[in-house]
Order: sequence, then C-alpha cells, then structure tokens
Amino acid sequence: MSTDNTPLLQVQDLRLAFGGVTAVDGLTFAVQPGDILSVIGPNGAGKTSAFNCITGFYKPTGGSVRLDGEDITRLRPSAVAAKGVSRTFQNLRLFGELTVLDNVRAGMHLRMKQNAFDALLHTPRYRRSERIATEEAHRWLDFVGLRGDRAAEARNLPYGEQRRVEIARALARGPRLLLLDEPAAGLNHSEKQELLDLLHRIGELGVALVLIEHDMGLVMQVSRRIVVLNFGKEIADGTPEQVRNDPAVVEAYLGTDEDEDSGPQAGTVEEVQ
Amino acid sequence: MASKFSALLESRYLGWIGLAIALLAPFVTATNYSLSVMTSALLFVMLAVGLNIVVGYCGLLDLGYAAFFAIGAYTSGVLATRYDWSLLATIPVVIAAAVVAGVIIGGPTLRLRSDYLAIVTLGFGEIIRITANNLEITGGPSGIFGIPGITIGPLDLSTPVAFYYTCVVAVGLAVLGASRLGRSRLGRAWRFVREDEDAAEAMGIHTYKVKLAAYIAGAIWGGLAGILFGAQLTAISPQSFTFLWSALILMAVVLGGMGSTPGVVIGAVFVSVAPELLRGVADYRYFVFGVLLIVVMIFRPQGVWPTRAAERAPRKRRTTKDGPGGPGQSPQDRTVEAGS
Repeated sequence: MSTDNTPLLQVQDLRLAFGGVTAVDGLTFAVQPGDILSVIGPNGAGKTSAFNCITGFYKPTGGSVRLDGEDITRLRPSAVAAKGVSRTFQNLRLFGELTVLDNVRAGMHLRMKQNAFDALLHTPRYRRSERIATEEAHRWLDFVGLRGDRAAEARNLPYGEQRRVEIARALARGPRLLLLDEPAAGLNHSEKQELLDLLHRIGELGVALVLIEHDMGLVMQVSRRIVVLNFGKEIADGTPEQVRNDPAVVEAYLGTDEDEDSGPQAGTVEEVQ
Repeated sequence: MASKFSALLESRYLGWIGLAIALLAPFVTATNYSLSVMTSALLFVMLAVGLNIVVGYCGLLDLGYAAFFAIGAYTSGVLATRYDWSLLATIPVVIAAAVVAGVIIGGPTLRLRSDYLAIVTLGFGEIIRITANNLEITGGPSGIFGIPGITIGPLDLSTPVAFYYTCVVAVGLAVLGASRLGRSRLGRAWRFVREDEDAAEAMGIHTYKVKLAAYIAGAIWGGLAGILFGAQLTAISPQSFTFLWSALILMAVVLGGMGSTPGVVIGAVFVSVAPELLRGVADYRYFVFGVLLIVVMIFRPQGVWPTRAAERAPRKRRTTKDGPGGPGQSPQDRTVEAGS
C-alpha cells in the first residue's frame, strides 16, 4: 500500500508525439486517493491522448505513469485495468449486441472464479460464480440508477442510460482510479444533475476520479482540483477557484483580442509557445 | 401465441428436442445410404459448432478451418493404421496436436486485424493439405486406407447404425460443450472481443489470450471431428480437405446465424443434407443449392436462427413482496435464474 506521500497516480513529464505532431507535451500531475480531479482544455488539447497513455492504449514517447508508486507506463491496457485503473470512453463503447447485464459482467471478468472445465461441467463453482456475478451486476446497475431493461441488448437503451451502463461496467472492474472521458456529453440538464450526484457517490466509495469534461458548471461543482491543458501542455493546475481566475486559462479558452481575426485557437499557439 | 412459440424455441429443452430427433431419425429411414448422409450431417454439425466458437463467438474470420479437421483425421489415422492404436486412444494425441496447431497458426496471426487473419488462415488450410499430399507418413496423394472403426473393448461400433449412434453421443456432447463454453466467463470474453476489442481490454481482458483460447477451442472441436471422419470413411486423402470444406463449414455458420448454437446446428444439417435431397434435379443440384443459399441470405441476412441477446431470468428479487410473477411485472422480475 501507499505511504501517505505516494500519490495514487503520478503522471510525470508525459509525452506523446504522432510523427511531427505533439499531442501531449510534458504533462505532469498527481492524483491522491479519493481525489476528484478534472482535466479540461480546448478541443485537441491532448486530454483524451493523455487518458489513452495512462490506460495503456497509446504508448507514450516519453515520461512515466506510476500507480501507487509502481511504474505502469507501456503496460498493455488489460494489465493497467488489472492494477485497478478503469475508464470510460469519449464515444460510448458498450458491447451493443450483448445484454446490459453482460456488459457489466465484463468488469468482473478478472474476479470471476471459474475456468473452462467448470463451464463445461457446470460445476457448483460455475453456478456460484455466475450467480454472484449476476447479483453484483444488478447492484452496480442499481448504484448508477439504471431504469431500462437489463436483460435486453445494450444498444436499445436511450443514450443517457447507455452512459450509466458504461459507468457501471467501469465500476464493476473494482477500480482504485476511475477515468471518465466526457461523462456529461450529450446528457440533458436533469441527467447532468443525476450524474453530479453519481460522481459524488463514486467518490464516497473511495474511488479516485479523473474526469475530462467540457461542461464547466459540472467541472466547477464536482472537482477538488483542475488541470488545464492546451496544445498538449499543462497551463494550470489548482482548485476550481484558482483555475477560474488564471489568466492563462482565460486566454486559452477565449483567445486574445489581437488574434481574433485568425481565430482564437491559432492565436493561442503563439501566445502559449 | 407467438410468444409461446418463441419461448419454446428458446427453452432449455431445445437441446433435448434436437437429441430426440437425432436418436429417432434411424427409425424413419435406416438404409446404409441415409445413415451415411445423417452421419455426415452430424460431423458437419460438430465442425460448425467448432468453427462457430471462432467465427460466431469471437468474431475471427477463419477460412482454413478444414486444416484442423485434417490434422485430427490424419493424426488419428496414422496412429491407428501404422501403429495399431485404437481410435479412442488417439483422442488425447489429437487434442494435443490440435492445440499445437492452434497455437502455431494463432500465435503469430491473432495480432492481425480480421481481414488479414482471413488470408493467413486461408493459406494455412492449403499448407496443411499440400503437406499431407507430399509427406510419406500421410500416404501422399493417395492418403491413408484401412482406418479401423471405433471399438470399446469387445463392443464394435463400426456398423452403420452403431456408428451413427456413437456420433450422436459424441456430437451431442460437442454441441453441449460449445454452447456451455459460450455461456461462461470465457465465452462472454469472446463476445466482448467480438463487439469491441478496446473496451474489452479496458475491462482487463487480455484480448490476445482470449482470441488464442477461441482458436484452440475451435481447433480441438475440428480435430475431434476428424477422428470420426476417418472412422466413418475408413480412408482419407488430401482431396478430403480442400478449401470447399472450409467454405461449406463457414457457410453453415453464417447461414444458421453466427454465434447461435441452434442456428448453427440447423445450418450445418441444411448444408450437408440439402445437396443429397436435391439429387432429384441431378446435374442442377449445386445450382439449386446455390440459389437457395442466396435466397436465404437475401431474406435472412442475420441467419436462419440468429442469436438474440436476452436473458431469460435476470434477477432474483429478494426484496420484492408483491407476490409471484404477475403479468404486469417488469422484465427483471420474470422468473428464477436461468442456470438454476
């Protein structure tokens, strides 16, 4: 286990380049156990790329990712997940043709105690592990407040419900750290309120949360800390209050006056670099 | 009414119904010819459920499945004719050979994307056939003769009727086994990989290992079917394992409904029996067969009996107090758990 000063997640000088394009450029931040941290920044700032580096989907070209002091850089995604890092995807990635319950059972794959012979012979161990998995899947679906039919194909659920299933699936992995990539995207106002409540309850489970989110209202309400990225670089790291008043952040989002002709994004390149 | 019918189709007695049909078929017709056709149909069923593990459950396109079938048939055939093993004794060796073959072909290729995999497996199927054609131990182009029938001690199972029933038992177990694997932790992992590899990885599923497991399972099913094939024909040659076989088995899987056990069984029976039933139209039978297949694919592109993801009985509600399953209840409350 970690000592008090070892962060749960330590991202150190993370770099990712695709050919000549630098997507993540020296990103450094830490997440403490139980933290709720948001990563924000304009489109194309490298937020999702950073997520993909942390979870093993991209191999970073430099820097390191440590989980509880242990180096997990360049592990394959399933190995990162096995260490207790769970994630959702920016564009829903449910197993659409499978049932909602099966989707959530995916998160329990590593914990189910049965092998191929148990399955062939339907041993008591098989029945027990299936029963436990089903009950646990229901509990997670209750936890996220799913209203739809759990026995039906996941793709038939409304969009907001599918988002809940994806979070339930990620929670079923039993994570210490949960990365949510734009969980509020496409949700209506009341769904966002429910999401906010859900995020708080996830935090109460002792799961550290890292969010990528564009909805500033949500970000300001839920986050303890905010990291702001622009063009792959970290331009601010602090409490919501500090970040809101940070001139570099305001500039990244709004651009500066003199650059408005060429568009705010093009303007900030020169200002930031 | 319709729901009653579909409930019957999804009932767990379905397997028993299929078994009863297979057991009773010889009482309808038991000429040597019809028994041979029915036995071939059973072998086809076994091959199709084996390929279904790879293609249907795991979503890996395999165009060389006959290779595993050939490996099983040749391994048991060589051991039985040259070293006088009984066919039953060859089973462990065949399984080992199938696993090795599955690892050799799957190991380097399963990192490829699906369409590349299809080409490699196509090549693998041809390599095995051509190897058998050129090796001395496999009898070269003329193959192996005089493969003995299956015997258990004094019990001779090589008469057409006895062999048919032997196949009913063996294939029945193979179908049951494949379907049970499909509903297990591993079977779900196969489907997760088929649906979305990245999301499966994110859930801690080592997709490469899971795909290799599907490949090995498919190889074992194919290899074991090869033993029965050798025992049925008593002779095998490289011509028995052409690409047409791989294509026909794949056709059975696609036609029946990928991933669906009853669908694949029906597809296999159709693909193997239809050309025989169409002997009446003589030279045109493969033409008619082809037209039938096209018609089915136009009107049922998802297969004759596609999978429908639904769970019969998702939840035991311990807290519900409002009595046993009334019609107004939500689907979650329907019945007791499926497995129990």
